[in-house]
Amino acid sequence: MPGAGSDSGAVVSERLRASWVLLGLLAIVSAIAAGLLIGPADLESSGVILELIDRLPLVTVDSGLSSIHANIIWEVRLPRVVLGALVGATLAVSGASYQAVFRNPLADPYLLGSAAGAGLGATVAIVTGSGDGMGTFDTVPLLAFLGSLAAVALTYFLGYSSGVRRSPAALLLAGVAVASFLTAIQTFIQQRNVETIRQVYSWILGRLNTASWDEVSLLTPYALLASLVILLHRRTLDVMRLGDAEASSVGIRPQLVRLIVISAASLGTAAAVSVSGLIAFVGIIVPHTVRLLAGSSNRIVLPLSMMFGASFLMFVDLLGRTIASPAEIPIGVITAFCGAPFFVVVLRASRRSLG
Amino acid sequence: MSICVAANIDVRLGQTTILDDVSIAVSAGEWVTIVGPNGAGKSTLLSVMAGLSRSSGTVSVDGHDLVDLSPRRRARLLAYVPQQPEVPPGMSVNSYILLGRTPHLSLLGVEGPRDFEIVQEVIDQLDLTGFGHRTLESLSGGELQRCHLARAISQATPIVFLDEPTTALDLGHQQQALDLIKQLRQEHQITVVMTMHDLTLASQYSDRMVLLSDGRVVAEGTPAQVLDPNHLSTLYGARVRVLEIEGDIVVVPISE
Repeated sequence: MPGAGSDSGAVVSERLRASWVLLGLLAIVSAIAAGLLIGPADLESSGVILELIDRLPLVTVDSGLSSIHANIIWEVRLPRVVLGALVGATLAVSGASYQAVFRNPLADPYLLGSAAGAGLGATVAIVTGSGDGMGTFDTVPLLAFLGSLAAVALTYFLGYSSGVRRSPAALLLAGVAVASFLTAIQTFIQQRNVETIRQVYSWILGRLNTASWDEVSLLTPYALLASLVILLHRRTLDVMRLGDAEASSVGIRPQLVRLIVISAASLGTAAAVSVSGLIAFVGIIVPHTVRLLAGSSNRIVLPLSMMFGASFLMFVDLLGRTIASPAEIPIGVITAFCGAPFFVVVLRASRRSLG
Repeated sequence: MSICVAANIDVRLGQTTILDDVSIAVSAGEWVTIVGPNGAGKSTLLSVMAGLSRSSGTVSVDGHDLVDLSPRRRARLLAYVPQQPEVPPGMSVNSYILLGRTPHLSLLGVEGPRDFEIVQEVIDQLDLTGFGHRTLESLSGGELQRCHLARAISQATPIVFLDEPTTALDLGHQQQALDLIKQLRQEHQITVVMTMHDLTLASQYSDRMVLLSDGRVVAEGTPAQVLDPNHLSTLYGARVRVLEIEGDIVVVPISE
């Protein structure tokens, strides 16, 4: 059985195999390399590699790149690659944790209204003209971030007051209600302001093309915090797979665990969404692929989701900016294009071993 | 000495009374079976006694009021196996049984060598050796039932609550499961409180039986005292005869 431990017969817990970690690292390194080497500006591969080596401490080599070309690497390609990795890792690990706390394979990080709240926040910022996507202070990410968190808080409040003690399903239903409501408002505002409809639409489809180090530094603390909290709960989330009553009978507090993990995942998701727009499916397809291939324990699913989520989004972004170059295909379109067929496969297989 | 005392347990769901002023005391080392017709409140009572459902009465285990205990401390005193335990998809037998060690780990901690040792012992004892890496879904009903028991036993608690532990099993496996509980009870000095439908089997294994009907205790005592045919006929709305065959009490349905 994959990921089930040694074959000696002795009892051990399911753990992450070194071969999977190596594969994950390999995927990340190759995605970073491809992201740095490929782009519309035709840079020599050797030059890019030498330029990177030059930045290592105590090493000085001449890359032969002009300062403009060096800038393309450091200010255009690298921040975009790093941002893709952070967004991918955060969305994937958040999705995996949502699936764990709700024991629902269809749960994704937008389930409790994150996306709808962020969409409304971004639309308001764009329509009022306070966020034009330019300048150092852009209100689009700020309002998207706040909208996303407010939506999840509203969902939690509504779900809690309407019987979440009895069943976490109340929370999911509250999420559906909040998301529909906020989407209705967002659509109304968008329709009333047709002149900005393209901007809003482009934001909703998700993109990394405005990536700079500003976005990276905005997202990093939240991504780290969310990932840390979720990873610390890896065993507890396996206990949650027993359902609330049995999890409680072995000594954990399911309500509290759910609140902590949802808070962490929502914070990470809100930050990711605020800088990248609504990138769909990463939070579902990455954790499920990991589960199908490497094992269902959260000790395996959570760290591998981060690694493959990061590399997946870097590769998808590369596709998005190269296949129709110089035009860019929104990253959300490509993740959904790959995600939807995959989803069918996941659903067909979920009778067997998804959890 | 009573290890578990439930006093004046009332449970209401809206206008419906599920349990009405139920009091039970269980002595250390005892095997008590709660019986009664469908809807009598057996499972609710068990889950209240296990600290998993709220009620207006008090439940104390080993001298501690359950309300005052954190879930972790409670889980070190009592283990609980519901009627239909969850079977997490893709989870291995080893991982599943190891979950029973949760209350003995530090907060957010993971298992250590001592936990692996304990679980290994339980696995050998419950004849699950060689099943460790199988997934739960690949097991038969009887094997799965042993896994649920194994998880409860690896929790190493003085008292174990079992809700209908034999429902999904055929006659032979029912006896095997109950024999196993009997054996584990002796080896680990565990107090067992369970609910059961089969009155004959219940009488053969229990020290004491508690008969519930409509949320009230209507009879309590040794199997011979509780299994009164007239009483059972009225409560269950059934035609039954209680026989004694070679020292065993047997409750049999009879035709008109």
